[in-house]
Amino acid sequence: MLNAPEGSDGASAEGVPFVQLVGPDGRRTEGAQDAAYRDRTAHLGTEELRTMYRDMVLTRRFDDESTALQRQGELGLYPQGRGQEAAQVGSARALRPQDFVFPSYREHGVLQVRGVDPVDRLRIYRGTEHGGWDPADHRVHLNTLVLGSQTLHATGYALGLQRDGLVGTGDPERDTAVVTYFGDGASSQGDVSEALVFAAVNNAPVVFFCQNNQWAISEPTSRQTRVPLYKRGEGFGIPGVRVDGNDVLASYAVMTEALERAYAGGGPTFVEAYTYRMGAHTTSDDPTRYRERAEEEEWALRDPIDRLAALLRAEDRWDDDWAAGVAADAETLAERLRADVRSIEDPPSVSMFDHVYATPQAQVETERAWFTTYQDETAEAAR
Amino acid sequence: MSTQTMPFAKALTAGLRAALDADDKALVMGEDVGRLGGVFRITDGLQKDFGEHRVVDTPLAESGIVGTAIGLAMRGYRPICEIQFDGFVFPAYDQITTQLAKLHYRSRGRIQVPVVVRIPYGGGIGAIEHHSESPEALFAHTPGLRVVSPATPQDAYDMIRAAVVSPDPVIFFEPKGRYWSKGEVDLDSPVPSLDGGGPDPLGTARIARTGTDVTLVAYGPTVATALSAADALAAEGTSAEVVDLRSISPLDVPTVVDSVRRTGRCVVVHEAPTYFGPGAELAARVTEECFYSLEAPVQRVGGFHTPYPVAKVEHDYLPDVDRVCDAVDRALSH
Repeated sequence: MLNAPEGSDGASAEGVPFVQLVGPDGRRTEGAQDAAYRDRTAHLGTEELRTMYRDMVLTRRFDDESTALQRQGELGLYPQGRGQEAAQVGSARALRPQDFVFPSYREHGVLQVRGVDPVDRLRIYRGTEHGGWDPADHRVHLNTLVLGSQTLHATGYALGLQRDGLVGTGDPERDTAVVTYFGDGASSQGDVSEALVFAAVNNAPVVFFCQNNQWAISEPTSRQTRVPLYKRGEGFGIPGVRVDGNDVLASYAVMTEALERAYAGGGPTFVEAYTYRMGAHTTSDDPTRYRERAEEEEWALRDPIDRLAALLRAEDRWDDDWAAGVAADAETLAERLRADVRSIEDPPSVSMFDHVYATPQAQVETERAWFTTYQDETAEAAR
Repeated sequence: MSTQTMPFAKALTAGLRAALDADDKALVMGEDVGRLGGVFRITDGLQKDFGEHRVVDTPLAESGIVGTAIGLAMRGYRPICEIQFDGFVFPAYDQITTQLAKLHYRSRGRIQVPVVVRIPYGGGIGAIEHHSESPEALFAHTPGLRVVSPATPQDAYDMIRAAVVSPDPVIFFEPKGRYWSKGEVDLDSPVPSLDGGGPDPLGTARIARTGTDVTLVAYGPTVATALSAADALAAEGTSAEVVDLRSISPLDVPTVVDSVRRTGRCVVVHEAPTYFGPGAELAARVTEECFYSLEAPVQRVGGFHTPYPVAKVEHDYLPDVDRVCDAVDRALSH
């Protein structure tokens, strides 16, 4: 790799320390450097850990089933999230109900935790909607496909929260934060840097949650940055932390810290969740053209779901009946997707004229009227 | 009725002040808009009266201004962004066209983004590069945006207030070369309503002068040019009607068509380059709808297909009375 700084690329960067509370073997780590983060997960008992496990299993089943539906021609495209479940579920489980999420488009685990309906999540890929859900329902903005744009929207929303007096009140029912998700590729976008500037100078309650999944389609992270991404915030005056994004507890812990800072009026945080995109960029991508099988195999050993399962077993929190229930829930989800995605009806063509403006607009209405007449006449002629 | 004579710039300031008074969710944000009052002093005194949280000096980053305005709008605010000069809107062009213009559409009406983007535009002020451009066609070509440009102090006062209450994003082009032109302003004029009941206050053209021989269609800075040309034409015995579009998107086609059907001739005047400019759309629409009333092809007067030229030659780039009269002569020669 030309110009690649030593050790910044993929698995070779293990030398850079990150927050890790559960190792790939499913054993809790004991390093003193992470003690404060460890304390942040001390209250998580069997039920909470099982909830996270279930979130992750359902997220992966959603991913697999969506990929299959694309292969069957039921979806036009699907961006796979396999491998990033721990970063997404752990961080999202740290949120309060009133917090607002601005995702990119691979945050299937976040949407799962926030309760966005799985069928609604696929409307965009079915080609029947550009959005799919009401952002107000679960306090999750629509997917943003123009990379990094949403980091500015998140920051603006956070500026609104400040004006609404919802920061630093000390009341957990009121203090509110925003989290924006983006990736290592998007980190190069100017909008991300502008968002860091606006957030920093205003001390805005926003968490920049960067999932470094090692690949921006075919470009490794070394094509995006010469320093570890968690240091990106430093020059802006924003504290940064790198977390093992395949460790759901560590992801949860760093997020609680970032959120507490935001709630209290301490301003933004930059989190780099170090993880791996095990699948393709999208169903149109072919990773064999740009990355080695050995690398994928190495990361497969750090599978975030296996890791949490191992922890549950190691701590005697696993129960076969419960696990069978989770598997059954995943099967139910898959069955529902197979049935309900196929039955999403195509919208009528004339609906393309809806909602261009909130108020009636002469040009749109003229064209809608023309199109309606044209369609009627064409139908008449065909009869 | 408190009618006062004031410059266009002061009418805008009064309109912004009224908008901030009327809705405590309205915010002014941009570079230097606070303490300085903006480089053109349009926001003069507003921060002093409304505070730093409502009249916000932002970092020097246009995409950031519009991008955070979108987030504020999603939180229920009505941001009024100032872009310092026309040529500096392009860093924000991505946020405006891919996000601001589309959020209502892609959310199927669930999200409204009532953001106003004010842009001082146009030439004739002897400025350096990037300070004299007219990029309105780029925004008019984007579905989801309203694109307007007032020509008189009264319209500046009325239209900025209408823009702030508009649930749709508005790109508000201010003819900076006319900032110091004076006119009467009725400060008690009601806030224009966009509820769909009456005429669209942001989308309805105005007959600035009646005439019978030719229709001059203009907006923003060229309305005054067209009116001066109409004076000159009258002296030669030609009666020109002047239509002030006020809105480039939507276009008030019926008002233009009605006028051209009466006069039989149409000359469009704008500072933007004629090539793929608003005049091209107007010429097409007039031709489609007034073909049998037209005595001559629609004429266009505008900027050339060059980057905005250096200040010492801009007088020959911008449409002036002579070029408008020349185009009218061409129309009359048929």
